[in-house]
Amino acid sequence: MHFRQRAGRALADVKLQSVMKRFGSGFADKRAQARAAFGVELFERLRDEGARIRDRAIENLDVWLLRFEAEAERRGATVLWAKDSAEACEHVLRICREHGLKKAIKSKSMVSEEAGLNDALEANGVQPVETDLGEYIIQLAREAPSHIIAPAIHKDKEQVSDLFAEHHGKPRLTDIDELTREARLMLREHFLSADLGISGGNFLIAETGSVAIVTNEGNGRMTTTMPKVHIAVTGIEKVIPTLEDLSLLNRLLPRSATGQAIENYFSILTGPRGANDRDGPAHMYFVLVDGGRTNFLGGDLQEMVRCIRSGACKNHCPVYQTVGGHAYGWVYPGPMGSVLTPMFNGLENALDLPQAATLCGACHVACPVKIPLPELLRKLREKQVEQRLRPWAERAGIRLWAFAAMHPWLYALGTKIAVRVLRMLSSSTGVIHKLPFDPGWTLGRDFPAPERKTFRELYAEQRSEQGNLGSRVTPS
Amino acid sequence: MRVGLLVTCLVDLMRPRIGFAALELLEAAGFEVVVPATQTCCGQPGWNSGDRASARALAEKLIGEFEGCDYVVAPSGSCSGMVKTHYNDLFPGEGAWLERAERLAARTWELTDVLVNVARLDKLPSRFTGSVTYHDSCSGLREMGVKQQPRTLLSKLPGVELREMKDCEVCCGFGGTFSVKFGEVSAAMADAKCAHIAASGTEAVVLGDLGCMLNIEGRLRRRGDGATRVLHIAEVLTYEK
Repeated sequence: MHFRQRAGRALADVKLQSVMKRFGSGFADKRAQARAAFGVELFERLRDEGARIRDRAIENLDVWLLRFEAEAERRGATVLWAKDSAEACEHVLRICREHGLKKAIKSKSMVSEEAGLNDALEANGVQPVETDLGEYIIQLAREAPSHIIAPAIHKDKEQVSDLFAEHHGKPRLTDIDELTREARLMLREHFLSADLGISGGNFLIAETGSVAIVTNEGNGRMTTTMPKVHIAVTGIEKVIPTLEDLSLLNRLLPRSATGQAIENYFSILTGPRGANDRDGPAHMYFVLVDGGRTNFLGGDLQEMVRCIRSGACKNHCPVYQTVGGHAYGWVYPGPMGSVLTPMFNGLENALDLPQAATLCGACHVACPVKIPLPELLRKLREKQVEQRLRPWAERAGIRLWAFAAMHPWLYALGTKIAVRVLRMLSSSTGVIHKLPFDPGWTLGRDFPAPERKTFRELYAEQRSEQGNLGSRVTPS
Repeated sequence: MRVGLLVTCLVDLMRPRIGFAALELLEAAGFEVVVPATQTCCGQPGWNSGDRASARALAEKLIGEFEGCDYVVAPSGSCSGMVKTHYNDLFPGEGAWLERAERLAARTWELTDVLVNVARLDKLPSRFTGSVTYHDSCSGLREMGVKQQPRTLLSKLPGVELREMKDCEVCCGFGGTFSVKFGEVSAAMADAKCAHIAASGTEAVVLGDLGCMLNIEGRLRRRGDGATRVLHIAEVLTYEK
């Protein structure tokens, strides 16, 4: 199913529509406040610098990754490389077998969503438990996240109450505080009984071989310190050279994501538990996944690899806010997803995602690392045309229009006729209710009728009148 | 100073009066205005649809038509934005064409921007009265930096009361071919815009791009709102009665 059909379903879903309306510009407003509080000019310099840091890392990605590997292993962690989702899952499953692991608590990892890791774990006798509240909710519902930092944003309180009642086997609660408390109690059991912790990674720091993780619920800290094994599953593009870089990017990330000056929990994890440490995992692994990221390197879409997964593009995208995240069909919704999905899964498998944007530019302006998302989407459209992936009629239509526009006399004739035809179709109120050959305009709109003649005709008439009168006529 | 009026294909086809209003304003500002007769379209539909070849052919045509002008002015943020910010991308690494494209881009202006920041137009030929709200079209706002200019001009009309609506900078859902490819999504976005316009309690929504005007007007009428007027800023600034 394509975006268009999914979006149609999302528009018809009354409950989803009311949830999305409530979501509205909440995060965007908070970002605006955080930016103002930080100082607008300074914040813009931060964005420039953030983009520069990410570019520096990407331009020599192999060098920084090898540095990361050396530093992480020097501190006792094991770094495993995965070229795709299957390899990533294999690595994790092998670690489970080696250590005899049975239950995994997870803090948020979008890469594990990419890899379908939960299914792989379950199929191999390891119970995965999502511990981010939003992820926990959608795991119970067996759904995909609809926003990368607010995965259950498409669910309302009633739906969560039903889910908890069904899965917790307790009386149905309706108060948000009580619901949260119940989830906390359920999760506590899991935190205490799990032997594996799987996290994502917001940044990998090359100079120290550390992973930095930000969360608002503290579950990331529990996941990475309580079980005997910790695996950080993340993308190879997350590497940055230094802690200094981390310090700057961490000013940018929470402000851009949720409008917070700093997240509630911010951890830098370096190596497994040492001889004198009182807590921490006995074994620490990194599973670093390519999964299509190298497709971007050296190409005209490379800027996409800067992405630090703030979610800001979604929070500012009017299309996302209208249809929600599931319409985008895969792990990454919104403008960033419409660039990532075709590049990860093949352009031919995501035909209308690059088209599913008005190119309004709000995402580009909000992006913490200034990824020119509209331009990247447009470039993908260009690739679709080059590879003949657009429908025949669409390509023919544009060609026909361009041919006419290149021949002014033909164009003048065509528009002259078009105006007359459109006027014949219009109602007494000056609008057209149904356009011929229209794939979608009049589904939810009328089409305003044109004036009587084209500008070209009227201007020529006026000119010839002026010629006859020998004086200027003020246009009206 | 010679201004070449880039009428734009939508104005030519749908709302010639916006073209004449732009002409009147530019003349009132003291420019000598020429209207190249062979102009058709800036190539934006091809560019945004990924058809680089057709966009480039039309860009070459337009550059040739307007090269003799001191300024190129369009009553549209998206068409002027195409020339100003995207033409360069059509001729990567090509000395002569790139230079011509860049030269033209540097002289290309959106109508209200040139009226305020070049001509410093003060006296407007308008007798418009009423309450209006302003919608910031995306390309004008984000590519051309048009935000205060139309508001400055509106503030010079004593009979106009500007009441800002919520989310005036959020896209109306037009997006060129997006509006037909994803008609339902586009209409839903336009509907949100219409709701904000209605909540502003004004008689008219004013804006600077015809694509967005058709989208908003089309949705307003379908919603059953036959009263709220949808006006181009140039129409308001030259209003006679």
